Amino acid sequence: MSTIARKKGVGAVLWDYLTTVDHKKIAHLYLISGGIFFLLGGLEALFIRIQLAKPNNDFLVGGLYNEVLTMHGTTMIFLAAMPLVFAFMNAVVPLQIGARDVAFPFLNALGFWLFFFGGVFLNCSWFLGGAPDAGWTSYASLALDSKAHHGVDFYTLGLQISGLGTLIGGINFLVTIINMRAPGMTFMRMPMFTWATFVTSALILFAFPPLTVGLIFLMMDRLFGGNFFNPAAGGNTIIWEHLFWVFGHPEVYILVLPAFGIFSEIFATFSRKRLFGYSSMVFATVLIAFLGFMVWAHHMFTVGMGPIANAIFSVATMTIAVPTGIKIFNWLFTMWGGSIKFTTPMHYAVAFIPSFVMGGVTGVMLAAAAADYQYHDSYFVVAHFHYVIVGGVVFALLAGTHYWWPKMFGRMLNETLGKITFWLFFIGFHLTFFIQHFLGLMGMPRRVFTFLPGQGLETGNFISTVGAFFMAAATVVLLINIVISVKGEKAPADAWGDGRTLEWAIASPPPVYNFAQLPLVRGLDPLWLEKMEGKKELTPAEPLGDIHMPNSSFLPFIMSFGLFVAAFGFTYHQETAWGLPVGILGLLITFGSMFLRSVIDDHGFHIHKEEVLELEKKGANA
Amino acid sequence: MTNQMNSGNERVDLAYRRRKNAEEMRHQVIAFVLMILLTLIAFAAVGYEEFSHWFVIPFILLLAGVQVAFQLYYFMHMSHKGHEFPALFIYGGVLVMLVLVWAFSTIVWW
Ligand code: HEM
Ligand SMILES: [Cu+2]
Repeated sequence: MSTIARKKGVGAVLWDYLTTVDHKKIAHLYLISGGIFFLLGGLEALFIRIQLAKPNNDFLVGGLYNEVLTMHGTTMIFLAAMPLVFAFMNAVVPLQIGARDVAFPFLNALGFWLFFFGGVFLNCSWFLGGAPDAGWTSYASLALDSKAHHGVDFYTLGLQISGLGTLIGGINFLVTIINMRAPGMTFMRMPMFTWATFVTSALILFAFPPLTVGLIFLMMDRLFGGNFFNPAAGGNTIIWEHLFWVFGHPEVYILVLPAFGIFSEIFATFSRKRLFGYSSMVFATVLIAFLGFMVWAHHMFTVGMGPIANAIFSVATMTIAVPTGIKIFNWLFTMWGGSIKFTTPMHYAVAFIPSFVMGGVTGVMLAAAAADYQYHDSYFVVAHFHYVIVGGVVFALLAGTHYWWPKMFGRMLNETLGKITFWLFFIGFHLTFFIQHFLGLMGMPRRVFTFLPGQGLETGNFISTVGAFFMAAATVVLLINIVISVKGEKAPADAWGDGRTLEWAIASPPPVYNFAQLPLVRGLDPLWLEKMEGKKELTPAEPLGDIHMPNSSFLPFIMSFGLFVAAFGFTYHQETAWGLPVGILGLLITFGSMFLRSVIDDHGFHIHKEEVLELEKKGANA
Repeated sequence: MTNQMNSGNERVDLAYRRRKNAEEMRHQVIAFVLMILLTLIAFAAVGYEEFSHWFVIPFILLLAGVQVAFQLYYFMHMSHKGHEFPALFIYGGVLVMLVLVWAFSTIVWW
């Protein structure tokens, strides 16, 4: 099989992506599908804000509002933020540790396709009676009561499928980072983004099983006559809330730790200075992850757990502010005395600090259990978590997009357009969410589809809606930037000129095998070290030789498609005759392709030394 | 760390490997016999009417714990070098689960 790039037709490119097991292409897939779901979730957000732009509006009422609201939250968390985080992990982590791919390339593809089909399944609900409408938290008492259509079943089955993909992805990154680091890349020489990926993957490993258990219980209750959450039959509806938040709080760290990682890279690169307090950053990341498992019940202060439980979870929650504070100061000290370049990614990084700190401060306010009785289920909570999720995670994803775009696609994004995107988004974000703190304190409840005139809520809501349109405009500018980048400036290997980590040492985009020779890592920020010694390239750790590569495979797609089919079958198995057979057919497809995977020997192939040399020569001239 | 290098060392010391394997086998057999013994003791403890439940239940739980340790350390090779990460993640998972159970059984339910 030849790997020399040549112009391919659309069909060939499509087939390439459908069967790829290359982490760089899987990163593209995550970025594109996560991006599309992000646009979808954004559109839903706009609809919500339009409905709330004026009192007694009737743009989206009642049940439909609940569906749009639920799908906005679910899409943004599970189908936009998580896959976008995975896009950067896939694109960057193997390069940062000096590896040729992830540990299990086939599983990597499987993880993506499971996420993809789970997401598509969830969104099919729009066309099949109605979307889930019990909130992204899908509390059991609401979920079991949602009987008008199959919405919530799409939620339970879709999230099980995509959750499986996430779990697979997490395990894959754990094994990759433990086993595939280049010679000399010790744990305490790993870039912060790789550390964040490692800790995040551990969180995924421990946090997703409780969600899966909860989803299976809910599925049983709704589709198979179970009574786990039905108090009338001896069940307990509160168990869902615990299971959900045992997953849910670590989930917020699954999102925000990679965001911290992205910003750590950007601060160091554009301050042209080593990350301040590297080891304390690592320590803080691990500590946040650990504490993240001990605080889930802060989402349930008003459930009636009693004063002792509330007090313990309240204090535990507040302690997380300490390691987070350590990180904030480290970023500030990284900039201190650095020679700062205000590129687009750096704009996001600098704006992230005050924005995220505001979210953290309201977090500590919410963590005071007694005060939470007042804030709970009000717009104050909405403001809080958007400050952490948008001000932290989305800023990081946008920053990462600008920062790593040249590495992923080989073209620079336009800096002027990038800065326009930033300012529109930054202004829009604060316009939308800052005022919501006060709307909440004035008593505007969360998840309610309208409000009355004459209660002082009009101006605030109107401002908030205007802000949302600013963010929409920012997104449009970003899309334009992406489209014109196809003809944009070609990116060199060290695209920003200040790269510190290994990914900037190889061509943009990297060749299939990443490193012709695995590099020898001599310290933190290996590329920077070499550049400081006047060298242009890394010291190789091995002689040039044939490179072993995994074969592409269509099986991950089919396996995931099988579960997609099965999910339809089981959703409709109660009222139709075809449901059960279709469900079984789907499972047969999945298990059949798993069987094929086990019996067919696949030893991969080699790229020969001569071919590598030829490719390297071409890459160097590009 | 080096398993993806394209230059590998193919030489292995066969005699050493064989000796090591024999020793390994002996440990496995001993552990296996012990595990069967523990299982028999557990059955006996439950079957023997004179013992009170207050003794039997903690006792068989203890035996179960020992069995898990045997399983992990002898059959799944965690006693070997290079298993620090599996150990870390297993104990991490156990810790998280214990906190959960502890929280549920003390402060959450009542
Ligand atoms: C860093 C990333 C964070 C994210 C992504 C995040 C996200 C969220 C979300 C989505 C909710 C709403 C839950 C619901 O549906 O009711 C929430 C609520 C809450 N958050 Fe955060 N959060 C983060 C950080 C923090 C921090 C640092 C604290 C405290 C130190 C905190 C404390 C709380 C509390 C106490 C609530 C419950 C409020 C209530 O139910 O009334 N969060 N957060
Ligand atoms: Cu939480």
